[in-house]
Amino acid sequence: MKIAVCVSHVPDTATKIVIGSDSKTIDPNGVTYIINPYDEFAVEEALKTKEKLGGEVVVISLGKEANKETIRKALAMGADQGVLLKDDLQRDPVAVAKALSEEIKAQGAELVFFGKQSVDYDNSITGQLTAEMLGYNCVSVVVDLKIEGSKIIAEREIEGGREVVETSLPAVITAQKGLNEPRYASLKGIMAAKKKVIEEKPAQQSGKTLEILKMKKPAMKQPGRIIGTDKTAVAELVRLLKEEAKVI
Amino acid sequence: MANKIITFLEQRNGILKKSSLETAKEAVKLASALNYEVEAVAIGNNVEDLESVGKYGIGKVTFFKSESLANYSSSAYAALVSDYAKTTDADILLFSNTAMGKDLAPLVCVKLAAGILMDCVSLEVSSGEITATRPVFAGKALVEAKITSQKKIFTLRPNVFNIGELADNKAEVTAKNVENPDLRTKVVEVKKSEGKLDVAEAEIIVSGGRGLKAPENFHLVEELADTLGAAVGASRAVVDAGWRPHSEQVGQTGKTVSPNLYIAVGISGAIQHLAGMSSSKYIVAINKDKDAPIFGVADYGIAGDIFEVLPALTEEIKKIKG
Ligand SMILES: Cc1cc2nc3c(=O)[nH]c(=O)nc-3n(C[C@H](O)[C@H](O)[C@H](O)COP(=O)(O)OP(=O)(O)OC[C@H]3O[C@@H](n4cnc5c(N)ncnc54)[C@H](O)[C@@H]3O)c2cc1C
Repeated sequence: MKIAVCVSHVPDTATKIVIGSDSKTIDPNGVTYIINPYDEFAVEEALKTKEKLGGEVVVISLGKEANKETIRKALAMGADQGVLLKDDLQRDPVAVAKALSEEIKAQGAELVFFGKQSVDYDNSITGQLTAEMLGYNCVSVVVDLKIEGSKIIAEREIEGGREVVETSLPAVITAQKGLNEPRYASLKGIMAAKKKVIEEKPAQQSGKTLEILKMKKPAMKQPGRIIGTDKTAVAELVRLLKEEAKVI
Repeated sequence: MANKIITFLEQRNGILKKSSLETAKEAVKLASALNYEVEAVAIGNNVEDLESVGKYGIGKVTFFKSESLANYSSSAYAALVSDYAKTTDADILLFSNTAMGKDLAPLVCVKLAAGILMDCVSLEVSSGEITATRPVFAGKALVEAKITSQKKIFTLRPNVFNIGELADNKAEVTAKNVENPDLRTKVVEVKKSEGKLDVAEAEIIVSGGRGLKAPENFHLVEELADTLGAAVGASRAVVDAGWRPHSEQVGQTGKTVSPNLYIAVGISGAIQHLAGMSSSKYIVAINKDKDAPIFGVADYGIAGDIFEVLPALTEEIKKIKG
């Protein structure tokens, strides 16, 4: 079975975000980029599925030349092929999903993994949009997955618990932390990844649906008050919560 | 074009979610600013008191009903909502940004060839156009954006939009029995987690970090949470150490929360943690290091030892709760 895994290349989560001079995007200077944390769970699950059911894993990333680092990371973990869909990153989740779905169709992948959310634009919908464009079934925010023949039983996280979902292939699964423990790339894997060719092609551009007007920093909170340093401050804290904040 | 807004009413176990009522109220506001009509759609089997959404200003509810739809099914729910939006020619749809809303809205988006903005924290109308504001980079920045396609979908962050005043009205509910829903994906079981309340829904959260020293000390956090009727949250450090389940993790790779009150106990306030909770209305920090970054976002702080302060705080709150 051909398995696809879509990965995004995002600013390190410790990065301080500085708004760029266009007031619409972030200033990339001094930002280090990493594989989107949730996509590591997606790559791991793709590899585990391949080990169990056989097949091939293709890693797809949409973005710039630098995304190749993230693709290489997945190749070093054990993915077989990489594809970079070149795009100048006008972040529109519908357009991104369109380009990804075209490539997945061309690859003939029946099972597709995504991270549940990309930690840059935090949309949490790219997997679901792509599934629907492909006409595939979809289960998002998955923390447990079993595939038997073409039957899928997945557990997804919801408020206060989990839903056990039954569906079938072809399908898109979006991975949540807890699904597995991503493996480290072995030295052999890293060496092998260097030899693998990453195919590059322009991303299919389709109708945009969004216009970003402005990016700004959230209003700064007023620095708070340290009321005390031991339990004698507790009575005052409770009074403030009750009378000033009115939250208890 | 029918100049219509549809707001989706989410139910779990037959009970409407509070976040759906916030979304319904916002849909009504939006409709009046745009001079549109608004109505609601619900899906399930037995849903309690759908008429009550009249209090939020909704006049009409269409309820798609079937025993097999009591639990969520993404394929069936998406087909029903999008078909209904097509028949009524609605061009704006609102959902809550919940586990269900995040799963359902994008499927409907593709079926309607709509544009979509997720997790909005405000919607403003000016000269007939909607500008949405949404957090990006885990709340480290905000973007203002508008949807340029004819059909538009917005999901709204729970606990941010004010319900405000309620009217004394009842909505007219039309139930439609659904024959043969599309159950290609269906929920066959719902497993409840052990925690009584989920951080994503709680109005008060007491969150513990590595400062608690060991998992067995978490009862201090649980007791305070119980006293307040709050949910228990956790930092990634304690989740990774296996002290607490991942479902409690707050932060960039955990849950984003915006309760009325967030009490951070023994949490340093790393940037990834702040990303998930800094939009809480009030923040209290208890940490013995007075320079911990958590104090930078806290409204009130006690720079003291958890093991002394926390039991005293629980006692004091018990007193006022009588
Ligand atoms: C990709 C990535 C994603 C991440 N995502 C998240 C996330 O979603 N959520 C998250 O929380 N973190 C996340 N982190 C981790 C984050 O960087 C921090 O490591 C983590 O938040 C620290 O947890 P902590 O505050 O519990 O522990 P620490 O940083 O160890 O802080 C413990 C605090 O307890 C205080 N303390 C100790 N003893 C006492 C006492 N007796 N009384 C009072 N105070 C005491 C100390 O002063 C200290 O400030 C992420 C990191 C990465 C790299």
